[in-house]
Amino acid sequence: MIDMSVNIAQVVLKNPVMTASGTFGSGVEYSEFVDLNKLGAVVTKGVSLTPWPGNPTPRIAETYGGMLNAIGLQNPGIDTFIERDLRFLSDFDTVIIVNVCGKTVEEYVEVVERLADTNADMLEINVSCPNVKEGAIAFGQDPQALAHITREIRKKARQPVIMKLSPNVSDIALMAKVCEDNGADAVSLINTITGMKIDVKRRTFVLANKTGGLSGRAIKPVAVRMVYQAANAVKIPVIGMGGIATAEDALEFIMAGAAAVAVGAANFTDPYTTLKVIDGIGQYMTDNNVTDIKELIGCVWKEEFL
Amino acid sequence: MWLSTNAAAGAIAGQFLSVFPNSDSMQLMRPLSICETDSSSAPGKIRLVYRVVGKGTEEFSHLSEHDSVVIIGPNGNGFFAPVKEKIGPDTRALLIGGGIGIPPMVELAKQLKCSVVTVAGYRSRNDMFLTKELEREGELVIATDDGSFGHLGTVTDAIEQNDIDADIIFACGPKPMLKAVAALSQKRGIPAYISMEERMACGIGACLSCVTPSSDIDDHSKVKNKRVCVDGPVFPASEVRL
Ligand SMILES: Cc1cc2nc3c(=O)[nH]c(=O)nc-3n(C[C@H](O)[C@H](O)[C@H](O)COP(=O)(O)OP(=O)(O)OC[C@H]3O[C@@H](n4cnc5c(N)ncnc54)[C@H](O)[C@@H]3O)c2cc1C
Ligand SMILES: Cc1cc2nc3c(=O)[nH]c(=O)nc-3n(C[C@H](O)[C@H](O)[C@H](O)COP(=O)(O)O)c2cc1C
Ligand code: FES
Repeated sequence: MIDMSVNIAQVVLKNPVMTASGTFGSGVEYSEFVDLNKLGAVVTKGVSLTPWPGNPTPRIAETYGGMLNAIGLQNPGIDTFIERDLRFLSDFDTVIIVNVCGKTVEEYVEVVERLADTNADMLEINVSCPNVKEGAIAFGQDPQALAHITREIRKKARQPVIMKLSPNVSDIALMAKVCEDNGADAVSLINTITGMKIDVKRRTFVLANKTGGLSGRAIKPVAVRMVYQAANAVKIPVIGMGGIATAEDALEFIMAGAAAVAVGAANFTDPYTTLKVIDGIGQYMTDNNVTDIKELIGCVWKEEFL
Repeated sequence: MWLSTNAAAGAIAGQFLSVFPNSDSMQLMRPLSICETDSSSAPGKIRLVYRVVGKGTEEFSHLSEHDSVVIIGPNGNGFFAPVKEKIGPDTRALLIGGGIGIPPMVELAKQLKCSVVTVAGYRSRNDMFLTKELEREGELVIATDDGSFGHLGTVTDAIEQNDIDADIIFACGPKPMLKAVAALSQKRGIPAYISMEERMACGIGACLSCVTPSSDIDDHSKVKNKRVCVDGPVFPASEVRL
């Protein structure tokens, strides 16, 4: 028997594989392909206090081995989300992580408070979306602002708080440490890397928003490096993501120090990716006589393993 | 290309398939309209007709007989789902296709059990395709931008000049054409249903890449942004902002 379960802030996930926010909706659509009961966790699309319309289209562009997106956090607002999406997810035996966004600290806190008595198991605070002008990334790029919002949310949150970090910073270890010092229960990274694409035939920006967030296979080495640096800097669990499409990709993140991983843009390339990654990790463990996945977390650098 | 697939059974004209390129360098599927279906033998067949414009369609053009390709579908609502009027044997349907918006008109003409006039617009005589299929399914009027075949001008010019009357309009094509069709529909008081195009990532309604501004509140986000991949691609012309 192999044990694939992991523990994040006292919440047990049956395996370390979850969905990355915004790439899987609330699971309704993908449940036609994926048995949600098999996932370690479902992470929902960013939700704000009121409905947000998002950005004009084109919102996405394909790039070599990846994609740019500037959805702009279109979402129905917390009330509809609780009534419809959280109710849908209550039928499944999986951990529910709700991704929260806002324009001000007060908005984030209010969404967090509304979630207090719901079936959300954890909260992931998106302070790193590059596609909205106010809020979001501003909190994720300034250590003081990050400290403040982390503290305020931790005060009010009933569930464990995961701070989702932006890669668009010069010192990722510092940002992770700021979250830990101000009460975060975990950090997740990376959100998308700000990018741009130009249509040379039409001599225009491809995205209506001009810039967008890069995700997909192309960003994996950057993400693995950042997860390694963050995991070295903090004792709280680190959740890794960025370009995971195979079990081997996921294992790279785990060995770099991630206690769990998320699959994002790869869901678009193949809706069964999460299940294939779970099976592939199990196969790797069997083939290599690893009985407990926790033996792999940070195994390339943690002293206890060397 | 013809695909042998059990997705053919029950496919509705105006629906599309998500077709996945094989190359690792491409992250996203390509949406292609169902041009024709054939369910006479199991599993059934779907025909896709596409223009090579980039890497994905280039890859598809190298597929040969017995190769396989990953698809998801049929996706979207199709032409009949949003229709509020009754289509009877006496209904006069006007189908308008422009350029690469022409393929879904073939299956639509096949599935409509009423009188069908199709107006197809091409750049020039050399760009014409699917004309035999469309003639087989009803009356066909052709317009070309350069006048090298049929009417000189746009599809809406051809409709005005030929005095074509109808009870219902179905259209698919580039945005300027759809705008002209919406204007015509309003002027003449003929309801029009148009198929929209947007960049897609998931193709199943989860990612919110493909929205189009709508006049009424959408089901998903309650913000007047409908998802082309599941709420469409076909919308009443009066309900989308072009
Ligand atoms: C509902 C729907 C039905 C369609 N039906 C047909 C059809 O029957 N025949 C046909 O020839 N074309 C059709 N198209 C357009 C077709 O999807 C694009 O031409 C195709 O995706 C281009 O892919 P590429 O890799 O060759 O081009 P690239 O330019 O290399 O593609 C890069 C990215 O942009 C996307 N993209 C590029 N052009 C378009 C476009 N016009 N619409 C949406 N996404 C685009 C691609 O899907 C890909 O993700 C349809 C589009 C939609 C939305
Ligand atoms: C279409 C799209 C929408 C996204 N929406 C959100 C979101 O709402 N909240 C969030 O925190 N991250 C969002 N992300 C970022 C992803 O969760 C993830 O951090 C990033 O894409 C890197 O992982 P990947 O390379 O596996 O996609 C989105 C990404 C994509 C591609
Ligand atoms: S393509 Fe994802 S919602 Fe339409």
